[in-house]
Amino acid sequence: MIYLDYAATTPLDSRVFDAMLPYFTENFGNPSSTHRYGQKAEAAVETARETIAGILNCRPDELIFTSCGSESDNLALRGVALARRKQSGANRILTARAEHHAVSKTAERLEKEDGFQVEWLPLDEFGRVTAQAVEQALSADTALVSVMYSNNEIGTINPICQIAEICRKYAVPLHTDAVQAAAYLPVDVEALGVDLLSLGAHKFYGPKGIGALYIRKGTPIQSILTGGGQEFGLRAGTHNVPLIVGLAEALRLAHVERPQRVAHLLPLRDAIIATVQETIPDVRLTGHPTERVPNHASFVFKGVDGNLLINLLDAAGFACSSGSACKTGNPQPSEVLTSLGLPREWALGSLRVTLGLGTTSEDVQAFLQTLPEVVEKARELSVPR
Amino acid sequence: MPKVVIAMSGGVDSSVAAALLKQQGYEVIGMMLRLWSEPGKEDSNRCCTPDSMAMARRVAAKLEIPFYAVDAKEIFRNTVVESFLQGYAQAETPNPCLVCNRHIRWEFLFNHAKAMGADFMATGHYVRLHHEGTCVQLLKGVDPTKDQSYVLHVLTQEKLKQALFPVGHYPKSEIRAMAERMGLAAAKRPDSQDLCFLAGDDYRNFLQRHAPHLNRPGDIMTRDGRVLGQHTGLANYTIGQRKGLNLASSVPLYVLEKRAAENILVVGPAQELGTQELLAHNVNWTSGTVPTAPFYAMIKSRYTARETPGWVTPLDGGNRVHVRFDLPQRDITPGQAAVFYQDDLVLGGGIITQAR
Repeated sequence: MIYLDYAATTPLDSRVFDAMLPYFTENFGNPSSTHRYGQKAEAAVETARETIAGILNCRPDELIFTSCGSESDNLALRGVALARRKQSGANRILTARAEHHAVSKTAERLEKEDGFQVEWLPLDEFGRVTAQAVEQALSADTALVSVMYSNNEIGTINPICQIAEICRKYAVPLHTDAVQAAAYLPVDVEALGVDLLSLGAHKFYGPKGIGALYIRKGTPIQSILTGGGQEFGLRAGTHNVPLIVGLAEALRLAHVERPQRVAHLLPLRDAIIATVQETIPDVRLTGHPTERVPNHASFVFKGVDGNLLINLLDAAGFACSSGSACKTGNPQPSEVLTSLGLPREWALGSLRVTLGLGTTSEDVQAFLQTLPEVVEKARELSVPR
Repeated sequence: MPKVVIAMSGGVDSSVAAALLKQQGYEVIGMMLRLWSEPGKEDSNRCCTPDSMAMARRVAAKLEIPFYAVDAKEIFRNTVVESFLQGYAQAETPNPCLVCNRHIRWEFLFNHAKAMGADFMATGHYVRLHHEGTCVQLLKGVDPTKDQSYVLHVLTQEKLKQALFPVGHYPKSEIRAMAERMGLAAAKRPDSQDLCFLAGDDYRNFLQRHAPHLNRPGDIMTRDGRVLGQHTGLANYTIGQRKGLNLASSVPLYVLEKRAAENILVVGPAQELGTQELLAHNVNWTSGTVPTAPFYAMIKSRYTARETPGWVTPLDGGNRVHVRFDLPQRDITPGQAAVFYQDDLVLGGGIITQAR
């Protein structure tokens, strides 16, 4: 089997695993305890916080550990929207349909149950939210803007710096979901100009079940998980010490090794993008041709059931994913693809190929040799719609 | 190692079938059809996990075989459900399981299995195969209470040559015991009943929602033309039915006939019930050889009916048949299949168009 689904998750780096190991067994203390067991655990958590703060170019106390990227997104949206409304009466949330569900579904819930008004930002043909679109939609009663750094399904990178400039002008907090981006793009919050940024460790060779949220000092926010006073009172619950250590080590390695990692991936990605379009009829690249994360290639094939395509690829030995696939065989075109204006017969046939550190050029060649016949088979089997 | 796709349902039969194939040394792939259900009755969540699919997944995980779900909603709606509605529109009592086996399981899913590189497709049906020279014979399952050869008479030689039915060699009780022993969660699931797309509802309610025009009231008449009352739409009745006619009569009355053209329901006493001949079309000769002369066989004219003897005469080069039973039959129903047997061997079968 060849794994080409690194945007879904990545294997744990053995160096990260080694860093985590002692905190499962010998250093098992609770960081909130006063004794020396607790002190040792607390030191590990705070060292991890400092490591991450160094990479994000922020203060350690601007970082909150959460259980995953989705929780970080939830805390950012709910926490800021509710606090901003209390503070200034601001009642509107600006975001896009192409956001990860952790953002878009949370915004929908805030609209349905908490009386917020959600405005869905338009996308350009590459799936980008432009600064102009944000400026047009911004108003005095905007509580929060949330725009993802890079898109999980189509790989497009959003112009976060430009959007941040606009938000700063109107003094509206900007959140970015950097869960997909952090593996390969710089996450310097000062350079980006964002007020909140979500991370999830398992997208960059860290463990599953751990995430973080950067919250710029002074950003109005309230906790959504109540209980103990951990994480500056913003996220109750005993610290998951080994996973926090793993998050920090994985991010550190991603930061230090970024140039080599990108250099390894870019030519492989570009080979896929070029060859697929040359060898297969009725295909379109989805997302931006160059402004995309370096390990990400995504396509739509006309008249193909994406679910079937993924199954056939799996049977042929390649693990990929599709925005329209569903484990229970109930394909629907994804919101990302439909918001790009793709007709259903195209949008149902999406394919996402995401590469990783373990991907070799032989893997890519084998994939490119197999894909045309698999697409052909999928087309033969598809029912005329 | 030959590759086989097992059509899984989450139930005990297909689960044990998968396990048996694995034991027999095949490279096994699990596949499950996502079938159509009525809007509002299906789980609208696109990544929903219906119970039966979760069950099939767990079985596949336990057996360490890959598992794929195949979307068949649209083709199921357009073939199985459509012909179900059309059958009732023609005052027949259609059998959608036959259509599903012919067009969905053994055509649509079969093609998917072939695309996966499978050499065979297997199901958890209680039937057996016997290789006789170049011919593959379809035999009844060994458990007479579970035999499902009636619905599989639609299989051609081409399909039978690429089919495997691992559970047909065992009685159901043994299959359940095997599921227990193997720790398959499906062991205790009750057998499925009724038509899957009715989701437990009465078919009349389904017709009311999807083909309300079929509920056209008309006369209930005796054979000699006396009007006894009104029916609520021919689709709501089936041949041989006694209950629910709401007629005042000194003797019990039964549905004898449904006259679609005149929208008349013909009823009569028990002694008038029964027909001795039928015509069937869309005949498949399971054995692969089309008989040229009339032959004597056991005939099953409903899934739940007993086999009874009679003469089968091929017509139109074997595409149609005429059947004359030795004795009158109570409820020969157009839309159901008539399947011909010689002991355990399935010879063929077709869809009943007319009883007389």
